[in-house]
Amino acid sequence: MSLGMSLLSVDSLRTSLTSASGIVRAVDGVSFEVAAGETFALLGESGCGKSMTALSLMRLLPDAGVTAGGRVLLGGRDLMALPETDMREVRGREMAMIFQEPATSLNPVMTVGQQIVEVLDRHTVLRGPAARRHALELVEAVGIPDPAQRLDTYPFQLSGGMKQRVMIAIALAGSPGLLIADEPTTALDVTIQAQVLELLGRLQRERGMGMLLISHDLGIVSQLAHRVGVMYAGELVEVAARQAFFTSPCHPYSRKLFAALPRPEQRGGVLETIAGSVPPLTTIFTGCRFADRCQNAWARCTEEVPAWHTVADGHIVRCHLFDTVGDAGADITSTSSPPLVATADVASQPSGVPLLEAADLKVHFPIRKGVFKRIAGQVKAVDGVSLTLTSGRTLALVGESGCGKTTVGKALLQLLRPTGGSVRFGGEELTTLPPDHLRTLRADMQIVFQDPYGSLDPRMRVGDIIGEGMAALGKLSAVISKDTRMDALLARVGLSAGMRGRYPHEFSGGQRQRIAIARALAVEPRLLVCDEPTSALDVSVQAQILNLLKELQSTLGLAYLFITHNIAVVEHLAHEVAVMYLGRIVEQGKVEEILGEPKHPYTEALLSAVPRIDAAAGRPVIVLKGDMPSPANPPSGCHFHPRCPRAMPVCTVVYPPETRLGETRRVCCHLFGERVTAPVSAAGISSRREEA
Amino acid sequence: MIAYIIRRLLYAIPILIGVNLLTFALFFVVNTPDDMARMQLGIKRVTPEAIQKWKAERGYDRPLIYNAAAEGVGKMTHTIFFEKSVKLFVLDFGRADDGRDIGHEIRSRMGPSLAIAVPVFLLGLFVTVTFALLLAFFRATYLDFWGVVACVAMMSISSLFYIIGGQYLVSKVWHLVPISGYAGGLDAARFLILPVMISVVAGIGSSARWYRTIFLEEIGKDYVRTARAKGLSELAVLFRHVLKNAMIPILTGVVVVIPLLFMGSLLVESFFGIPGLGSYTIDAINAQDFAVVRSMVFIGSLLYIIGLLLTDLSYTLVDPRVRLQ
Amino acid sequence: MPIILWTDALVFVLIACALATARYVSRREYLLSSWRRVGESRAGMAALTVLTMFVMIGLLDSLHYRPRLEAVAGKLANATNAANGYSTEVRSALDMLLMPLKSATEKTYSAPLATHLYARETVELPDGTQARVFPRLRHGGVHLKEPAQDWTRDVAARILLGLVFAVLAGLTFAGIAVRVAAQHWHVPWWTARQRICRGETRFAWNAVLVTLAALLLIAGPVVALAGGYHVFGTDKVGQDVLYLTLKSIRTGLVIGTITTLAMLPFAVALGIVAGYIGGWVDDVIQYVYTTLNSIPSVLLIAAAVLMMQVVIDTHPDWFATAAQRADARLLALCLILGVTSWTGLCRLLRAETLKLRELEYVQAAQAFGASSVRIMGRHILPNVMHIVLIAVVIDFSGLVLAEAVLSYIGIGVDPSTISFGTMINTARLELAREPVVWWSLVAAFVFMFVLVLAANLFSDAVRDAFDPRLAGRQVAPATQGQAA
Repeated sequence: MSLGMSLLSVDSLRTSLTSASGIVRAVDGVSFEVAAGETFALLGESGCGKSMTALSLMRLLPDAGVTAGGRVLLGGRDLMALPETDMREVRGREMAMIFQEPATSLNPVMTVGQQIVEVLDRHTVLRGPAARRHALELVEAVGIPDPAQRLDTYPFQLSGGMKQRVMIAIALAGSPGLLIADEPTTALDVTIQAQVLELLGRLQRERGMGMLLISHDLGIVSQLAHRVGVMYAGELVEVAARQAFFTSPCHPYSRKLFAALPRPEQRGGVLETIAGSVPPLTTIFTGCRFADRCQNAWARCTEEVPAWHTVADGHIVRCHLFDTVGDAGADITSTSSPPLVATADVASQPSGVPLLEAADLKVHFPIRKGVFKRIAGQVKAVDGVSLTLTSGRTLALVGESGCGKTTVGKALLQLLRPTGGSVRFGGEELTTLPPDHLRTLRADMQIVFQDPYGSLDPRMRVGDIIGEGMAALGKLSAVISKDTRMDALLARVGLSAGMRGRYPHEFSGGQRQRIAIARALAVEPRLLVCDEPTSALDVSVQAQILNLLKELQSTLGLAYLFITHNIAVVEHLAHEVAVMYLGRIVEQGKVEEILGEPKHPYTEALLSAVPRIDAAAGRPVIVLKGDMPSPANPPSGCHFHPRCPRAMPVCTVVYPPETRLGETRRVCCHLFGERVTAPVSAAGISSRREEA
Repeated sequence: MIAYIIRRLLYAIPILIGVNLLTFALFFVVNTPDDMARMQLGIKRVTPEAIQKWKAERGYDRPLIYNAAAEGVGKMTHTIFFEKSVKLFVLDFGRADDGRDIGHEIRSRMGPSLAIAVPVFLLGLFVTVTFALLLAFFRATYLDFWGVVACVAMMSISSLFYIIGGQYLVSKVWHLVPISGYAGGLDAARFLILPVMISVVAGIGSSARWYRTIFLEEIGKDYVRTARAKGLSELAVLFRHVLKNAMIPILTGVVVVIPLLFMGSLLVESFFGIPGLGSYTIDAINAQDFAVVRSMVFIGSLLYIIGLLLTDLSYTLVDPRVRLQ
Repeated sequence: MPIILWTDALVFVLIACALATARYVSRREYLLSSWRRVGESRAGMAALTVLTMFVMIGLLDSLHYRPRLEAVAGKLANATNAANGYSTEVRSALDMLLMPLKSATEKTYSAPLATHLYARETVELPDGTQARVFPRLRHGGVHLKEPAQDWTRDVAARILLGLVFAVLAGLTFAGIAVRVAAQHWHVPWWTARQRICRGETRFAWNAVLVTLAALLLIAGPVVALAGGYHVFGTDKVGQDVLYLTLKSIRTGLVIGTITTLAMLPFAVALGIVAGYIGGWVDDVIQYVYTTLNSIPSVLLIAAAVLMMQVVIDTHPDWFATAAQRADARLLALCLILGVTSWTGLCRLLRAETLKLRELEYVQAAQAFGASSVRIMGRHILPNVMHIVLIAVVIDFSGLVLAEAVLSYIGIGVDPSTISFGTMINTARLELAREPVVWWSLVAAFVFMFVLVLAANLFSDAVRDAFDPRLAGRQVAPATQGQAA
C-alpha cells in the first residue's frame, strides 16, 4: 500500500492548546503517511490527541489551539504554509472531514439539500438545478431512502444514522482525495454503526479515496483500516499494517489494549488492566510516556525517550524493548493474561429462589395532544417485560438506545412507577407497596449509573456522597463508626481512605465510577442495577471496573442487572442475557446459548454487527436496513418485521408468542413457533446483505 | 400547530383575569375609595360630604363586589368591581379622574407613541445586531475587547443622562433640532429624530453585549466547524450559518416587546414633550389619576400577552424544528 | 440616642448574611476556587475596591441616631419628643463626619470651588446706592481676604496638601499589603513587593493597589478643598453638592441590595419547588409569575407605589420622624421592586432545576429513598447557588439605575430622601438655565457612573468565574429598558 506515492504526509506535527492548567501538548511530534486509496487508522484512548491531529490537518483548531510546528504535505503542498484563503480551497475539495456527533454537526436551520449544495457552490461549477441533481446523486450514494424528499428535510427530522450519512454526503460533495473520519460511528447504535461502516468502506473503495480513520475501537479499526497507528499521550507509539498489528502487536500499550478487551474465552477470569490513567498532556516527558503504566519498564524507559525501531517491513514501534533489531519482541516478559481464576463459582450457581421477579412489567408514557392536552396515545417504553434474577447471578439486558432497557432498570427499582405488571423482590410485591415501606426496602436494591460525571453531586465531598445512603436509610451502627465503614468501603472499591475529604472533580472517570459503586454498596444491597456503567470509559479503565464488579459479586453474592449495549462486556460478565427490542424482550437465556447460537433474527443481527478484531476472518455481517421505529408508534405484528431479513406474512399481523427452547431459553419469533417447520440455516440468512 | 396557538390563546385568559384581580385588589382593597378621595381632596379639612361627592362623581360610591341593595343581576353589576374592572375586558376604560374619556385619549395618543417607538425598535435592532456581529467577527482582538469595554461603559450610564446630555448638546449647544415638542404629519420628523437617536444609543450597550454572547455561543457549536470544513470563508460562515441560528433567540427575545411599542416610552416622551401614551402615563402618575394608571396596567399586560403569543408564533416561523413538529 | 431604621436593620442582616456566606465559602474548596478566580480578575478586583469604598460610605450612613437637644431647645420642643430630650431629626454617622458640609448652606447656586454666589443680588453699597453684584458666599472660600488674588494659590496649596496626604496614605496601604503578602508567602518583603509590582501574584494585588492609589489621589485633594470650599458647588437651595452625592450612595446601595434580599427567598424557594415537584404546583407557580410578569414592571411599580403613598399619607401617625417615614417609603419601594423582579430569577432557577432533576446523582438520592425536601436542600440548592449569586450581582447595577428613573417619574424614593434620582430630578432643568448650572448633574452622573460601572465590572468577573455559560443574561430588570 505504502509503495504508491503518499497522498498525505505528516511530519513531526505539533499542536498545543492553552488551558487553565497550562499548555497542553495535544499533538507532540506525530508523523505518518496516507496513500491514495488507503485507510490509515489512528487508534487510541480518549485524550491521546487523535482528534486534535485531525483538526490540525484541517487547520480547524479551536481558538485556544495553535499548530506549533511540523509539516503536512497533501498532494505535495505544505498545508501549514498556505495562506488561509488557499487553505479554504483545500478544505472540502481536497480533504473533507466527518465528525463524531452527527446530531450537532449539521446546521439545524438549513435543509439537507442546502447544506450539500453549499459545498457544490463553493468547490464546483455546478449551479442551480444541476447542483441539486448532483446533491440528489450524493444522497442516493450514501444510501438515504427517498432521496428527493430527503433533500428538503431538516436535520432534526432524520435519525442519527441518517444524519451521519448526510455528513458523509457533504464530505463527498467536493470529491476530496482524502476523507478524515473522526469517530464516525461512536454516537451510533451497533446496528446503525454496521450500516455506516459498511458505507464508508464501500465509498472508500469505489472512489479510491485516502481515508484517515480515527477510532478508539479495535473492532472498527480492524474492519476498515489498511494500516494502523497507535497513539498514546500525544504521540504515535506503533505503526503497522493491519494484519501485522492484529496478529502481533508490539508496543506494550498496544498489547495491553488487546488484553483489556473482554473476550468470551476469558469468561469468568480477570481482565488485564492498565494501571493508572493517561498522563495529562501538560506534563513535560523525559522518557517513554507509557513507562509508569508499563509492566516491562526499566530504568532506561524513564530516562530516555525511545526511538523508532523497525520490527518488520512497515511495522515500526517506539519502545526500548525493540532496540536490538531482529529479535523483535522476543524478550518481552510474558504478559499473557492473568490466570483464569475460578472465582468461587459457587455463587454463580442458580440458587433456585429468585431474588427479583418481574412479570409483564409495563411502563407507558402518555402522549398529550390537542388544545386541552388530552392523552392521545402512549409511548410504550416498556411493554410487558418478564425476567427473573437470582442472588449471585448477572442478568444482562441488551439492546440499542431507545429500546427501553434503562426504563426497565428504573421501573424495577420503583424510581419510575410501572404502569402495569408486577415486580417481586425477595417475595414482596413492590408495585403496590406504600412509599414508606418501600423506603426500607431501598437499601436492598441500588443502582450504578452510566455517566461518571453526572452521577456524583459536584458540591459534595466523597465522604458525604458515600455516607448519604447510610444516613438516609439508617444504615449506621453504633458499633462501627461511620468513618471506619467508609474507609473500608473505599478500600473495597480500590480507593484510599484519604480520599474521603475530596470533591468528585478531582477524580478520573474510572475513579468516579468506583465512588458511585461504593455509594451503592454502602447500604449493603442485594441487587445492583448497573446501567451502562462502563460505556463512558476507555477500554483499559472499563476492564478495571468489570474486574471490580466481578470480584464484588463473588465475595458479596450480589445480583446484577447489567444494562448495556456492549456485547463484549456481556460475554465477559453475564450469566443470563435478555435481548430487548422496542420495549419487549425478544429472546432470553443463558449467555452461552444466546451468544453462541442466537435464534431471534434481531439477536443474530445485533451480534454480527459488533465489530470484531478478528473481522479479517471473513465473518459475515448482517446489516439491518432502516432504523429502530419509534416506541410511540410501533409496527404492527412483530415489532421487528420491517427490518427483519426473514420476515414472513404472519409477522406483519401477529406479535409472536413466547416459545420455550429448552429449559432456560425463550424466544419470541414466529420462526420458532409451532407452525413454522422450515429449517433455518444461519448461513442462508447471513449471506443476505442488506443495505438500507 | 393550530391547536398549539389555540391553547396559547386559552392560556392567556386566566392570566388576564389574574391581572385584573390583582389590579382590582391593589386599587380598591389596599386603599378604600374613601382614602383616595381624602388624598385627592387634601388630607386635612375634608368633609364627609366632599368625599361622598367626589366618589359619586366618579362612580366609586358603590359597594366593592356585591350590591345587596340592587335588584337581580344588578347585585353583581352595580359594583365597583364590575364597573371598573370587568369592563376593562371589553376595553371600556371609563373616564379619568379629571372627567376625560380614557379610551379616546388612548386612541389619539397611540400615533405619536408609535411614531417614536417603531423607528427606535427597528433602527435599534439593526444597529445593535450589526455592532454585535462586528464584535463577533473580530472576536479575541483588541477591537472586540474595547468594543465590550465600550458596551459595559455605555450600559453603566443611566438613560436619564443620555436624554439630558443629548438634549443639551444637540438642541441647546448645537441648535440642530428643537428641544421638545411635536407636530403632526411629516413635520414630526424634526421633533422625532433626536429622541429616536438617543433611545437607540442608550440601548446599544446591553443589547449589543448580549447579542455578542449569543453569536459567540453559536460560533462555538459543531455545525460551524462543519461549515468551515467545507472551505467556506469566515464571512459566509458568519452570515449564512451563525446569523441564521443566532437570530432565533434574538428575534424571539425582541418580538415580545413589539406590541408594547404602542405604550410608547415613558422617559423620552415626557422629556421631549411628545403627546404619546408614555407621557400620558407619567402625567397620570404625577396627578395620581388612578383610573388612567389602572387602564394602562391592563392595556400593558394585554399587549404583553399578545407579545407572548407573537413570540410563540415567531418561533414557529423562524425555527423549522418548532414549525414542523 | 441611636436609632435603627428598618433599612438599617436589613442592611445589618445583609452584612450578617455576607459574613455567614464567607464562612461557608471558606470551608468549601470548590467555592473558594471560584472566588479565587474572581480574585485573579484585575478588572473585577479594581471594581471591588471602588465598590468597597462606596459600601463604607453607605455603612457609615446607616448608623443613625437622634442628637440630644440643647437645653434651650429642649424647653421649646413640645409633647412627644421633648419628653426624652432628643431631636426629631435623624442623623447618621456620615452626617456627623460631614457636618461642616451639611451645615455650610449657601443662599442658592454657587459654582464648584467658587467664592461668590452664582446669582446676582441687589445689595446696598456703602455709599447708599444699590447695585446688582455676585455676593460672597457665606462658607465657600470665606477665609480668603482677596479672593481674586488668593484663590489660585490657596486652591493649589490645598490640592498639594491633599496629594501629599494621599501619597502617604497610599504608601501606608501598599506597605501593609506587601507585609501581609510577604508573611503569607514566607518571602522577604522586597520579593513580595517585586511580585506585586510585576503582577506575578494570583490575587490581583496590583489592580487593588493601583485603584486604591487613584482613589486616594482624587479623595485627598477633594477632602483638603472641602475644608474651605464647595468642591462640587451648591444647588438651588444652597446645599453642598458633594454632601448630596455622598448621601445618595446609601440610597442606591440600599435599593440595589435590599430589593434582592427581599425577593431572594421567594425566587429560590418557588423556582426550585416548581422545577423539582412539577405537576400542579409548577402550574400554580408558573401562573403566578407569568401574571406578575405580564404587567409592564414600570406600571406595576407605579400602581403599587401610588397605593403605598396613599397608605403612608393617610396614616401620618405611624411615623415618629420624617426620616422614619421616608425610610418606610424606601423599604416599601425595595419590596415592590422585589415583587416585580423575582420572576426572572425564579424562571431561571426553575429551568435549571428541571435539568438537575434528571441528573443521575439526584436519581441516586431517590434510590436511597431520600425525601424531596432533603434532595432539594442538599442536591439542588447548592448546585443552583452560583446562578443566584450571579443574578444578585447582575441585578444590583440595574436596580441602582432603575432607582434614578423611578424617582424621576415620581414613583421612586420619598422626595426628602437624598438619592441620585432626586438629585437628577431637581437638577434636570438646570441645563436649560442661562447661564448653565452643570455641576449637580455632572456630580450625580460621575458618582452614579462609577458606582454602576464598578458593579458591572465586578458582576462580569463573578459571572466569568462562576458560570461563563450565563454570560448572555440581560442586565437589568426590565425597568431600565422599558422606561427609556
